[in-house]
Amino acid sequence: MSCCAPGAEQAMDLTGTTSVLPSGQEIRLASRLVGDGLRQTDLSVPTVHCAACIQAIETALAKLDNVEDARVNLSTKRVAIRWRGDEVPPFVAALRRLGYEAHLFAAEIDEKDKTLAELIRAVAVAGFAAGNIMLLSVSVWSGAEGATRDLFHWVSALIAIPALTFAGGIFFRSAWNALRHGRMNMDVPIAVGVSLAYAMSLYETINHGDHAYFDASVSLLFFLLIGRTLDHVMRERARTAVKGLSQLAARGAMVLRGDGARDYLPVGEIEPGMHLLVAAGERVPVDGRIIRGASDLDCSLVSGESTPKTVTSGQQVQAGTLNLTGPLTIEATAAAKDSFLAEMVRLMEAAEGGRAHYRRIADRVSALYAPVVHLTAFVTFLGWMAVTGDWHRAVTIAIAVLIITCPCALGLAVPIVQVGAARRLFENGIMVKDGSAMERLAAIDTAVFDKTGTLTLGQPRLVNASTIDPAMLAIAADMAAHSRHPFSKAIAVFAGFAGQPKLEAVSEHPGLGIEATTADSTWRLGRRGWAGWKARTGGEGKYGGYGGTVLSKNGRIVASFTFEDATRADAKAAVGQLKDAGVSVEMLSGDTPDACGDVARILGIDRFVSALLPSEKAERIEVLTKAGHKVLMVGDGLNDTPALGAAHGSIAPATAADIGRNAADFVFLRESLSAVPLALDVSRKAGRLIRQNIAIAIIYNAVAVPIAILGHVTPLIAAIAMSASSLLVIGNASRLQSFVPDEPRRTAPPDRRPHTGTLAQPS
Amino acid sequence: MTILVYLIPVALLAGGLGLSGFLWALRSGQYEDLDGAAERILIDRNERPER
Repeated sequence: MSCCAPGAEQAMDLTGTTSVLPSGQEIRLASRLVGDGLRQTDLSVPTVHCAACIQAIETALAKLDNVEDARVNLSTKRVAIRWRGDEVPPFVAALRRLGYEAHLFAAEIDEKDKTLAELIRAVAVAGFAAGNIMLLSVSVWSGAEGATRDLFHWVSALIAIPALTFAGGIFFRSAWNALRHGRMNMDVPIAVGVSLAYAMSLYETINHGDHAYFDASVSLLFFLLIGRTLDHVMRERARTAVKGLSQLAARGAMVLRGDGARDYLPVGEIEPGMHLLVAAGERVPVDGRIIRGASDLDCSLVSGESTPKTVTSGQQVQAGTLNLTGPLTIEATAAAKDSFLAEMVRLMEAAEGGRAHYRRIADRVSALYAPVVHLTAFVTFLGWMAVTGDWHRAVTIAIAVLIITCPCALGLAVPIVQVGAARRLFENGIMVKDGSAMERLAAIDTAVFDKTGTLTLGQPRLVNASTIDPAMLAIAADMAAHSRHPFSKAIAVFAGFAGQPKLEAVSEHPGLGIEATTADSTWRLGRRGWAGWKARTGGEGKYGGYGGTVLSKNGRIVASFTFEDATRADAKAAVGQLKDAGVSVEMLSGDTPDACGDVARILGIDRFVSALLPSEKAERIEVLTKAGHKVLMVGDGLNDTPALGAAHGSIAPATAADIGRNAADFVFLRESLSAVPLALDVSRKAGRLIRQNIAIAIIYNAVAVPIAILGHVTPLIAAIAMSASSLLVIGNASRLQSFVPDEPRRTAPPDRRPHTGTLAQPS
Repeated sequence: MTILVYLIPVALLAGGLGLSGFLWALRSGQYEDLDGAAERILIDRNERPER
C-alpha cells in the first residue's frame, strides 16, 4: 500500500523523529474520565484503512503499560483508548513508530449521533408499521368485507399509533416550530395531512366505513423519513470526515512562572503578561512578543506569505503561526479571546450575514405550496357542502385532497438528488457540508482564489535540483532532514544517494540554517550571508527572493538552491474550466505583488489584488456582492476565513486552517484543484435535476388533484399515485450518476503522510 | 375466518421481533463501524492477545 517513493519515505521517517509530538499534558487535558479511574482518549488516525492496520494498532496499543484496551473505528478513522494511572501512556509515539500519524480529537460526548439514531429508529418503526398496514390494506382492497374489514381496519389503526407518535413526532415538532415562529415549511402540510388522514380513518373505522387511509398516512411517513435520513447521513459523513482532519491546534501552552516552575495551561487561561515556552513545531497559542530565542515562523496560514519569516527577540508574533526551527520564549500580549485567531472568527461571523439569509429551494417551494394545498382542500370542502349538504362526504373528500397532495414527491425531490450528488463528490474526494451549499454553489458567477496554499501548495519546491552536483545534493538532503523548515523539507526529499560522507554533530541555528561536521570539514546549509562566510560577495548566484539558500563547505559556497512555491496540480486547467463555465476568476492574496504576478501569469488569471489584510479580502468580496455577483471563495488560510464567511459559497482544501475548513461549504481532500470546477459542475447539474423533480411533483399534483376534488380517490388510488410519483422522482434523480463523468483518480495521495510499515504486519 | 385470530397476532409478533432485534442491534452499537466490521473478519483471532 506504500504509495510514496522509497526516498520520500525515508525522508519522512527522518523528519518524523525531529518533529514534536503532542505532550502528555495536552493528551491528559483532552481525555475524559469514564469512571472507575479509567480515562478515555480519542485519537484521529486518518491513514488507518484495512484489517492489517486495525490489528497492528490495537495490538501495539494494548501492549503499552496502563492501557486497558484500544478499539479502532474504521468508519470514522479513530482510535478510542482507555487507560488508567497518572502517567499518560505514549500512544502517539507508539502509533508513529508503526507509521501512523495521530491527532488529538475533541470528542463531543454522546452528542454526535443522537439525531441519526433517532431517525433510523423512526425509519425502522415507520417501515414496520407501513409494511404490516399495507398487507392488511391489500386484503381489504382485494375484497374483505363486513366484520373482517372492520377487524383489519382496527388492527391497522393500532399499528399506526406507534408510527405516528414516534416516527411522526419528528415532523410534528418541526412543523410546530415553524408555525410558532410564523414560518411555513414542508413539514406543516405533512403534519396536517397525516394527522387528519388518521383522524378521518379512525372515524370511518368506528362507523364501519369502507375507506380508511391508514396505509397512506403511515407509508407517507416512511418515504419522507427515508429522504430525511439520507440527507442527515450525507451531512454527518462530511462532518466527521472534515473533523477527522483536525490538525492539532494549540489547545494549551507551557507557562513559565516567576519562580521557575512550569505549568501546562489551557489556552483559555493564558493571560497577558505570562511567559510562554513555544518549542519548535508548535503553534503560537496567543499573540505575544518574543523575549528570548530566535526562529523562523511559518505565517502562511495567517497572512498568506509563502516565505517563512525570521524572528528574534523583541518582535511581535501572531497566534496561529507555526514555530519552525528554534524554541522561543514569548510574553503574551493578549488573551486567547483577543488574539488574532479569535479576531478572525469574529470577522467571519460578522461577514456571515448574506449566507444566513439564504433560503433553500425546498423551503421556498413549500412556502408557496402549503397555503395553496390547504386552500384547495378548504375550497373543496365548501364546494361539496354547497352542492350536496352532506358534511361527512365533504370532509372525506377534502381530506382525500390533502392526502393526495401531501408533498411526498416534493419531500424526496431535493434530498434524493443532493445525496446522489454528494456521493458523487465524496467519491472524488470532495466533502459537502449540506444541501444548501450545493444550491448556493450552483448560482455563483465569480470565483475568488487565495494564492498561498490554494492555487499553490504553500510548500516550496526545489526547482534547480538537476543542475546541482548529486553528491552535494545528497549531503544537503541529509542535513535538511534534521529541520522542519519548509526549504529543508523540500531539499530532504532528494535524499537517498549513497556514498556521501557521514554527518556528525548536526545543529540547527534558528533563523540562519543548519550546521554539520564531517570527518574533515564543516558544512552549512542556510542563508547565503551566514553559510558562505568566506565568500567574497553576497550577490553571486541567483537573484531573487528564494535565491538566498546555499550549501557551503568550510565557508565556500558549493551549491545554491532555488525554490518556487509549486502550483497545485491542475490549477491552470481548473481556472480554464471555470472560465469556460462562464465564471470570472480573480485572485486575492496577502503575499507580495511580485509573487502574485508570477502565479497569476502562470495560471492565466487576469485580475489579482495583492498584499491584502484579512478584512480587506472580505471587503473585496462584499464589493463584488454589492455589484450583483454571486461570489465563490476558495481559500485555506486563517486570513481567508472572513472572506470564506462573506462569500455566497466557499471551498477550502483539506490542508486549510481548522476554522477555515469549518467555515467552508466544501472541503476537497485531494491535491488537484480540479475539485473546484467538478464541484461547480455537479452542483449545477444537481440544481437542474432538483428543478425537474419539483416540476414532476407539481405536474403530478395537477393531474391528481382534480380527480381528488371530484371525489374519485379511494385509498388504493392514493397509494398507487403516491408511490408512482415518488418512483418517478427517484428515477429522475439517479440520472445524475450517468451524466457526471468520473474525475480520473490521482496516483498521488492527498496527504503525504508515510504509509510505511503497516502491510508488513502479518495478519 | 377464525384462522385470522391466530395468524394476525403471529404475523405482527414476527414483525415486531424483527423490529426489536434491529433496535437492539442499533442501541448496542453494531452499526457504529460498518467498515471496521467488514474488515475485522479478516483478523485471525489466534494471533490476538486474549483478554
